[in-house]
Amino acid sequence: MLTVGLTQYLVLAAFLFCCGLFVMTTKRNAVGILIGVELVLNAACLNLVAFSRYRVGTIDGQIATLFIIVLAAAEAAVAIAIFVNYYRTLATIDVDKGDELRG
Amino acid sequence: MSGEVLAFYLLAALAAGSALGCVIATNIVRMAMCLLGTLGAVALLYFLLSANFLAVIQLVVYAGGTLILIVFGIMVTSRTYGEKLKPRTSEALIGTIVVLALFAGLVAILLRAPWTPVAPTEPSNSVAQIGQELLGTYLVPFELASVLLLAVMIGAAYLAQPAKKE
Amino acid sequence: MGSILRKVALPIFLIGVAAIMGIAWAPALLCGTVDSMRDDLGTWYKWDLRGERPTLTVGNIRQYLEGSIEGQFAPAAHVRFGHSTAVAFAYVLWPLQFRITRDVLAVVGVVGFVSLFAMFAIWWERKVAARMQSRLGPMRVGGWHGWAQSLADGLKLLQKEDIFIEGADRPLFRMAAYVAFVPALGLFIALPFSAAWIARDLDVGLIFIFAMFGVGVLGVLIAGWASNNKWSMFGAMREACQMISYEIPLGFALLVPIMTVGTLRLTTIGDLQSGGFQTWLAFRNPFLLAAALLFFIAALASCKRAPFDLPEAESELVAGFHTEYSGFRWALFFFAEYAEMFAAGALAAILFFGAWHSPLPAAWGESWRHGPLWQQALHGVVFSGPLWLIGKGIFFVYVQMWLRWTLPRIRLDQVMYACVQVMLPLAMLVLLANTFWEWLVPSRSVLGMAANAVCTAVGAVAVLAIIGISIYGFVNRRRLVGTLVVKHLPGA
Repeated sequence: MLTVGLTQYLVLAAFLFCCGLFVMTTKRNAVGILIGVELVLNAACLNLVAFSRYRVGTIDGQIATLFIIVLAAAEAAVAIAIFVNYYRTLATIDVDKGDELRG
Repeated sequence: MSGEVLAFYLLAALAAGSALGCVIATNIVRMAMCLLGTLGAVALLYFLLSANFLAVIQLVVYAGGTLILIVFGIMVTSRTYGEKLKPRTSEALIGTIVVLALFAGLVAILLRAPWTPVAPTEPSNSVAQIGQELLGTYLVPFELASVLLLAVMIGAAYLAQPAKKE
Repeated sequence: MGSILRKVALPIFLIGVAAIMGIAWAPALLCGTVDSMRDDLGTWYKWDLRGERPTLTVGNIRQYLEGSIEGQFAPAAHVRFGHSTAVAFAYVLWPLQFRITRDVLAVVGVVGFVSLFAMFAIWWERKVAARMQSRLGPMRVGGWHGWAQSLADGLKLLQKEDIFIEGADRPLFRMAAYVAFVPALGLFIALPFSAAWIARDLDVGLIFIFAMFGVGVLGVLIAGWASNNKWSMFGAMREACQMISYEIPLGFALLVPIMTVGTLRLTTIGDLQSGGFQTWLAFRNPFLLAAALLFFIAALASCKRAPFDLPEAESELVAGFHTEYSGFRWALFFFAEYAEMFAAGALAAILFFGAWHSPLPAAWGESWRHGPLWQQALHGVVFSGPLWLIGKGIFFVYVQMWLRWTLPRIRLDQVMYACVQVMLPLAMLVLLANTFWEWLVPSRSVLGMAANAVCTAVGAVAVLAIIGISIYGFVNRRRLVGTLVVKHLPGA
């Protein structure tokens, strides 16, 4: 019988994490890698909230998630700024092309 | 089957399907749209976990802010329309194997873990509680986050400014 | 055919308006009745097992309505029906005690309201635009002032060819219209039409609506991208710039009333303003009045209405992000736009202008609220009810239309300048000042009351001026419009 508990949430989060990891490691588009990072962070957030609801009984997990969301936004802003610069310098967004150590 | 169970499995399917879409898609804008699906589903899952404040913050900051920034970044950085950067076959193969192994391992551990059942708690007024925690217990991280945001704002503006003409 | 249409046109129009009101209001009244009945019966039956409320049977409701329940419990005097009426009502009321019925009702109500409102607003916008340009606007379809114009347009759009251009990203192109439309509809889930008539009374309702405004932008962005057209792309980029920038002053303006009230629950915010015109939040102190103004301007930009309609600037970008759209998908963008316009107006009303309360203090109508059914219904018209919220929402939509047809479009750099260098510092200052005001000046003090009085006077003058100018323009429309136009067109 289908039920909903901590385990179900954790399995879903593990799946999201694995998808994010795959996207991070294989995509060559820099923005795609950023999307992978967001997936991984979301999986972590889901874990924290599920634990805070089903295990701990306090809202500490929610607070941690709040910080993660804020930091993810900040990280995305910096990352996009870097990508714009990267694109301006190399005229591509393929991360594999960025292996030369010169401007 | 209660409504909560049904809602969970629908949303979980949406989140997982969108995440899989992110993996499969080669077009970067479609990847971003799949990310929107995952973010929305996770936000609704937060509603199910009675973390209402977090759910709406996820929608505001992630879906309404970060994702728009990402799509904006895609538009600025892709010259050719529908440019496809496919992963190399060897990389994809190795990645699939590693990730599948990792997922199998995680699930095996999770299913075997002896969680002592704890009755789910229903926070009475999560917004007020979160506010008090943020400005009480977590005051230092909160202030640090604000400093970090300021630094990020300045840094992003500096990085993205047009190159000075020589 | 035409003559028949002309005869039935006005009745159909009025019935339509009544239906809009009914959709929003009748369920509130009915659900309220069931709730009070359940509370009454719950205490009488003492069925309170496991802390859950008892489920009413049809027989319970009939007995309650007839007033024939024996024992110490006496049902309220105003609900004594005859036997057959009670049976009929019992079957109508019985499903309303279940949450799923109410949810279905709410979804139907929201979809019905949004589509009817969008059709009404499109017709009305064309009339307002025409009157402001000394024209008549749609006059022919349906007979009475072209009331069926939107209906005819809708039929036309439905049968138009759904064009996909060469090289468009088809799935994204299809999806974009829905991504724009669904959040615009979804925000009505948390938008209260009155304290009783709301689909989900979220404790974070305000941020939920704010979030939905933000998510809708993605639809526009994707539409511009998937069209494979540089004008669409420019429109989408402008939209993204504009929305991300204006969300910040919008958020700051929202924080000001939140700080005063101390809650994010919209029904609570609304009910705090029930004490008549002078207790509306915008008139509490000068900074809240300024915040209301800032909110309205930022919301105008969020709805991409003129003077901020750069994403669809037709003189520069053909039609902006929806250049390549046709038929029903194109219509969805407009449904979303009008739904957002109404939501912005309704949100302004809820946060700053007394929500669903009339300018009369609610305390005057307290006896009506518990009186017979007709008194309750009248209370909904005179003192507080969805009618007032819809009326206020339409009023703000009208102001948005007025601004659109009066002000010229501003340049993109001016839009950005206005946001980052004018509105953002102003919003921050207003937030800070309001904090100090709430901290230092009690509302009962002389200064607080004087500020309240001055702000009330300013607000009353502004509202009366808008209404007065509109009425003046409407009454003198024959004098203002060229006589030639009036003579040669029917129905003027």
